[in-house]
Amino acid sequence: MGGLVTLEYVSRLQVVSGKGGTGKTTVAAALALALATEGKRALLVEVEGRQGIAQLFETEALPYEERKIAVAPGGGEVYALAIDPELALLDYLQMFYKLGGAGRALKKLGAIDFATTIAPGLRDVLLTGKACEAVRRKERDGRFTYDYVVMDAPPTGRITRFLNVNDEVAGLAKIGPIHNQAQAVMRVLKSPETAVHLVTLLEEMPVQETADGIAELRAARLPVGRIIVNMVRPTVLDSADLEFMAAASRPAVARALSSAGLGGARRGGGAERLVQPLLGQAEEYAERHTLEQEQRAVLREAGLPLHELPLLAEGMDLAGLYELATELRQQGIS
Amino acid sequence: MSSDPAATHDSASTHGSASTHDATRPQGTRSTWATQDTPGPSRAHDPHRSIRPVRALAVDPLLDDPATRIVVCCGSGGVGKTTTAAALGLRAAERGRKVVVLTIDPARRLAQSMGIDSLDNVPRRVKGIDDSAGGELHAMMLDMKRTFDEIVEAHADPERAAAILGNPFYQSLSAGFAGTQEYMAMEKLGQLRARDEWDLIVVDTPPSRSALDFLDAPKRLGSFLDGKLIRVLLAPAKMGGRAGMKFLNVGMSMMTGALGKILGGQLLRDVQTFVAAMDSMFGGFRTRADATYKLLQAPGTAFLVVAAPERDALREAAYFVERLAAEDMPLAGLVLNRVHGSGAAQLSAERALAAAENLDEVRIVDQQSGKVGLRSSSDTYDSPEPPASEGSASEAPAPESGSPAEDRAATDRATADGRSTADDRTVEQLTAGLLRLHAERMQLLSREQRTRDRFTALHPEVAVAEVAALPGDVHDLAGLRDIGDRLAAIRPELPESGVEVETGA
Repeated sequence: MGGLVTLEYVSRLQVVSGKGGTGKTTVAAALALALATEGKRALLVEVEGRQGIAQLFETEALPYEERKIAVAPGGGEVYALAIDPELALLDYLQMFYKLGGAGRALKKLGAIDFATTIAPGLRDVLLTGKACEAVRRKERDGRFTYDYVVMDAPPTGRITRFLNVNDEVAGLAKIGPIHNQAQAVMRVLKSPETAVHLVTLLEEMPVQETADGIAELRAARLPVGRIIVNMVRPTVLDSADLEFMAAASRPAVARALSSAGLGGARRGGGAERLVQPLLGQAEEYAERHTLEQEQRAVLREAGLPLHELPLLAEGMDLAGLYELATELRQQGIS
Repeated sequence: MSSDPAATHDSASTHGSASTHDATRPQGTRSTWATQDTPGPSRAHDPHRSIRPVRALAVDPLLDDPATRIVVCCGSGGVGKTTTAAALGLRAAERGRKVVVLTIDPARRLAQSMGIDSLDNVPRRVKGIDDSAGGELHAMMLDMKRTFDEIVEAHADPERAAAILGNPFYQSLSAGFAGTQEYMAMEKLGQLRARDEWDLIVVDTPPSRSALDFLDAPKRLGSFLDGKLIRVLLAPAKMGGRAGMKFLNVGMSMMTGALGKILGGQLLRDVQTFVAAMDSMFGGFRTRADATYKLLQAPGTAFLVVAAPERDALREAAYFVERLAAEDMPLAGLVLNRVHGSGAAQLSAERALAAAENLDEVRIVDQQSGKVGLRSSSDTYDSPEPPASEGSASEAPAPESGSPAEDRAATDRATADGRSTADDRTVEQLTAGLLRLHAERMQLLSREQRTRDRFTALHPEVAVAEVAALPGDVHDLAGLRDIGDRLAAIRPELPESGVEVETGA
C-alpha cells in the first residue's frame, strides 16, 4: 500500500477488530463519529449480536434496521445497524429470489438456522455481504447513501477467517448464487475501499495477537489499515523521573511530602509512612512503563500507522466517546 | 460414560443441604465455599471498601474438596480466564490433587509455561511443579477439529468415516462452525471425565463473543443434527416415492428445490451426502450433548465466573450468574482479576493532587527567587499529622498558608539532597510525580469499587475472590503460583506488589 494513496484516500469500509477486552466496539464507534464530522454520514455496523453499540450510545437495543444514533460535530450523522444473520438471509432471499413464503417455510424447517449458525462460511457471507451492500448503496441522485461504513468486527483471532469468506465458501459452493455473492463481497473487501484496523492494548498478549492477526490478514491479501492502541495511560513519571527515583533518598522524599502538608517526615510520621507505598507504586509504574515501551517497539515493527488513544479517567461514557473521536480526528485518521 | 459423578459422590455430605436452593437463595448459589460475610476488620481502614460486606470465596476449600471434580472457568474475553484456570490447576496439584487443565486457546507463552506448546489434543504431564503433596498436573490444549474427527472415527465404520471426513461440508463444519469449539470443549470435558483418571478437571471456556455461547452450543448443534431439516435433506435418499407420503413429498421437493436454488445444487448434494453419512451418529450427538449438559449440572461441578473490575466484563458476569442459575448450574463464585490496591489508601486522590500542586508552587517560587532559605526547619519534621484528613479532602484545598517559609526551607534542603544525583530533577518534582501517580491509582480504585458495588448490589449472594493486578503478564509456573496465592488469599485487602511491608530498621 503506497503511503500517498492511503494519505489521500480514506477507505469507505473501515473494519475494526481487536482482542477481546481491548475496546474495539468503543474505537469503532469513535471512528464512526470522527468520520461523520463535517456533514458526512457514517453507518456503524455490528455483526456479533452483542448490542454493544446500543450500550455504548446508551440507547435501547438496536433492531435490524438502520437507525440514526448520534450527531457528529459539524452536523454529520452516525447511523447504526445490528446485523442479524437470520434476518439478513431472509432479506437476501427476498431481494434475489422473491421467496417470501418459501423463506418462512424454510425458517420453520430450521433451514435458516442451519444456514446462519451451522454453516460458518454462509453466515459470514451474509454478514459481510450486508455491510458491503451498505457500502455500495446509492441514493437516487447517484451519491452514496453512506460516506463511510464502520464495522465492529469479530476479534483478531477470527477476523481473517471472517473476512476471507471466499476461501471459506470455496470448498462448499463452487458455483451458484452463494458463490457469486462471496465473489462480490471479496471484490470489495480486498480493494482499497476497505481497511482493517486492529485495536490493542500495550500488553503482551494483545500485542502478540495483533502481530499474528496482521500476518494472517496480509497472507490472505486483505488490506490492513492502522494499529490503534487503546486505553493508553498518561505518562506521569518520565524516564528521567524514574532514573532520578532510583537514586533519590527516602528521607528527602519524606521531607518533600511533609513540606506539602502531609504530616511529619520523621519515622512514624504521616509523610514518612507514605514514602514506602508511594515508591512501591512508582516501581510498579516503572515496570509497566518498561513493558509498554517494549510492546510499542513490537507494534512499530509492523510498519503500519500507529495511533494511541488515552485511557479515560472517568471510565467510558458518551462524553468520552466524543473525546476519543476528536482525538482520532486530530491524529488524522479520518 | 464410565462413571456418573452424581452417583460416585455423596452430594449431601459436602455440598450443603437442599436449602441452597430454597427461597432465600433464589440464585441457587452454592454457599459451601463461601466464608461468612466479612464486614471485615481488614477493610476497615479503607473508606471505599467498608460500604458493603462482600462474601469472600474460599478457593482452597473448593480445590481441596475431594467431591469437587470439575471446575469451569467462564467469562467474557480478555479477563484472564485461561490464566485463572491454569493457576487454579497448578494450585490444586501442588495441594495434592491429580489435576488436568483443559485450555481452549491459550496465549503462546502461557501454554509454554505449562509445556503444552504442541497442540496434540492429549493431556501432557506438566514438569516442574511441587509434587511433595503427592499431586500431579496435566495440561492440554483443545484441537476442535481433531476432537470432532475422533468422534466420527469412533462411531462410524472406517468406510463411512472416510466418506464423512472427506466431505467438504464436514471440513467446513468441523473447522469453523460458530459453535463447534464450544461443543468440542464440552465433548472433551465429557471424555476426560469419563476416563476418571483425574481427581479434578479444570476447564477454560472458549473465547466466545458472549460468555453464554458455550452453554447453548451443544444444544444448538445437537438439535440441528437431530432436527427437521436433516430429515428433509435425508428424505430423497430414504423415502423414494412411497405411497401415503405424497403430500409430504411435494413439500419436500419444493423445499429441496428452493434450497438447491439458494445454495446451489452441488452444495446441496454435499450436504445431503454428509447428512446421509452422519445419519447413524445423530442420535449419539444428541445423547452426548445431553449427557454433557447434565454433567455440568451435577454436584461435583463448580462454575467460576471470571471478570475484571470493568463495566462490560462485570455486566457480562452478571448475565452469566443469572443464566447459570436459570440452568441450575452450580456457581461457586466470582473471580475478580486485576483488582488494584494501594498501600497508601489513607491518602485520598484529592489530597495527593493538592499536595503535588503545593510542591510545584514551591519549586516555581524557588526558581524565581533563586534564593535558599536558611531558616531552621526542625519544627517541620515535628509537625503532627495535619488535621486535614477530613478538611482538605475538599475540591481545592489551599496549601497550608501557615508555614510557607518552613515549607520552603524543607524543600530547599530536600532539593540540595536531590540535586547531587541528577541535573534537572528535584526531589519536589519527583515527589509531586509520586503524588500524581498515587492520585491516579486512587481514582482507579474508586472506579473499580463503584463497578464492583454495582455487581454486588445485583448479586449479593455471589462469593468473590479478588486477585490483585500484576504489572506484567504471566510466563512461568512461578507466575501462575503467584496468581494462585493471590486467588486463595481470603483477605480482601490487596497486597502491593513491589512493596516490602517491613520498614528499614
